[in-house]
Amino acid sequence: MNQSQNNVVLEVKNLKMYFPVTKGLLRKKVAEVKAVDGISFEVKKGETLGLVGESGCGKTTVGRCSQRLYKPTDGQIILNGEDITYMEEDKIRPLRRKMALIFQDPYSSLNPRMNAGSIVGEPLVIHRLTKTKKEYNERVKELFMMVGLNPGMADRFPHEFSGGQRQRLSIARALAGDPSLIILDEPISALDVSIQAQILTLLQELQCKNPELTYMFISHDLLTVQYISTRVVVMYLGRIMEVANSRELYDNTLHPYSKALLSAVPIPDPHIEETRERIILKGEVPSPLNPPSGCPFHPRCPIATEECSQIVPPLRDVGGSHQVACIKV
Amino acid sequence: MTTLLKVENLRTYFKTERGLVKAVNDVSYDIKEGEIIGLVGESGCGKSVSQLSIMQLIPKPGEIVSGSVIFEGQDLLKYSANGPEMRAVRGAKISMIFQEPMTSLNPALKISTQMIEILELHLKMDRNEARERSMEQLKLIGIPDLERRFDDYPHQFSGGMRQRVMVAMAMLCKPKLIIADEATTALDATIQAQMLELMNELVVKNKTAMTMVTHNLGVVARYARRVNIMYAGMIVESGTVKEIWDNPRHPYTIALLNCVPKLGKKLVPIYGAPPSLINNPSTCPFLPRCRFQTDVCRNEPAPKLRHLQGEHYVACHMVS
Repeated sequence: MNQSQNNVVLEVKNLKMYFPVTKGLLRKKVAEVKAVDGISFEVKKGETLGLVGESGCGKTTVGRCSQRLYKPTDGQIILNGEDITYMEEDKIRPLRRKMALIFQDPYSSLNPRMNAGSIVGEPLVIHRLTKTKKEYNERVKELFMMVGLNPGMADRFPHEFSGGQRQRLSIARALAGDPSLIILDEPISALDVSIQAQILTLLQELQCKNPELTYMFISHDLLTVQYISTRVVVMYLGRIMEVANSRELYDNTLHPYSKALLSAVPIPDPHIEETRERIILKGEVPSPLNPPSGCPFHPRCPIATEECSQIVPPLRDVGGSHQVACIKV
Repeated sequence: MTTLLKVENLRTYFKTERGLVKAVNDVSYDIKEGEIIGLVGESGCGKSVSQLSIMQLIPKPGEIVSGSVIFEGQDLLKYSANGPEMRAVRGAKISMIFQEPMTSLNPALKISTQMIEILELHLKMDRNEARERSMEQLKLIGIPDLERRFDDYPHQFSGGMRQRVMVAMAMLCKPKLIIADEATTALDATIQAQMLELMNELVVKNKTAMTMVTHNLGVVARYARRVNIMYAGMIVESGTVKEIWDNPRHPYTIALLNCVPKLGKKLVPIYGAPPSLINNPSTCPFLPRCRFQTDVCRNEPAPKLRHLQGEHYVACHMVS
């Protein structure tokens, strides 16, 4: 038991994050956006957990709650065995270096007035990780090399770097705090195809060199998530629909939403596409302000019945590490 | 099938303070009636500029330097950009769908007004007729609760719905050619699938030709018959989708296909970044990133597209 607990970097239990919708001068609360509505999962040491879903499904909110950038409405967040759900801000700060965050837009996530060297070195200063100036310089140089940047570029400013290079800087900055978990929120969506592949390869290389490095990879792109992740969590309207190993999710897709999502992604191979039947979902994702009753997916689900609009399906084990939230499966 | 559009030796340059940007550098291709082709490349490779050049929508300091765009037997580049002939083509015979519907729709005008305007202008319809025809088109494209939504403003629609309106508008005058410039890139996966299936269905039904400008190889693989691969302002390889996938010849195409994540297959990234187009050298644009380069590549000017077999063309010194 103790062994398995040691292996878990992050555990999220029944996490709920509701954002109030206010109106008028007195900011009276008129409604709630249930961005994340009772989800549980864990991230094991050395694995890459993929979080996939369409916009508004709450995947980014999960990432930010895990970092405790938001105070969750309910639930528990346990980092390296320590409950951080309601921890004070000043106690949380030293823990943040253990959970780095990388954002989608490498243009707005780097301070334009700081040079690349100080951006990468900032966590070292804030968390007092290096003692001497020499040690600091060495470490910054080392971090630059780790992400495939020339340390000679440390004096340059963010605008002098390309999108891919900036994302490398973000990764170097994340690595500076020696994190046990890196949360990557759409890290490659803003990049070109050839640069996307570079960043994915870099992330894998870093994990090869340091087997304890753990990623939580948040993206809307199922192909990428499946490629890089050990396990994949499929989210829809603030709830988990399916959790499975990457391969298993591909070979044995159970949830009708996962099936539709997989089928929606065009496969870059004309021979497969020639014969492939696609499931085209009707309608759009409902607003999380006014989610449907029962299973959130039932209004668009091809196999939904009357029952589905009444029962909220629990996430249940179906063998292996495969979990699914659907009463029809 | 007869050729609908033939682009020959198109060059569009931007004269900037930092130098000459050859955004489109000697591009030639054609599209047949009712054909769907893909135009694939990374950002800044000139794929959008080439399409805007066809429509003569190049903003200053850009300039179409040379080339011809033969559409239904007429050279569109002979027309003045704001002349009546060009205006009769834009939106009526060739229409465009852009990536961001919110910037292409006028936020101050109702959807109905914007659609009716097109029909009044191009087909000289009267108001009632135009209204009916627009409603019909929107129904076809799947806007629910049409009676009420028709007089809404663009901001009242969701992103997916707005893009539907854009598609409906593009198809209003039954154009011969639709240019979809990253039309579904900003949409969610399931909405993207809806839109693509719908566009494909309508285009096939009306026998409209379509150029799909995209960086998504999956979209091209599913819908296009032929594909042009662009790099740094040039088409480096062209052929049917199957020719390209089964037997990619240009080192860039090979590398690009290896860049797509596949489960259980190792990614092979292309190192380096796409070149800046400012004052670029006259050698092959892919040279700095190419793994197969030789002395010929380093000394000779950029290779031109050569015919291989079937409909397969490639621009590379090393392909024999």
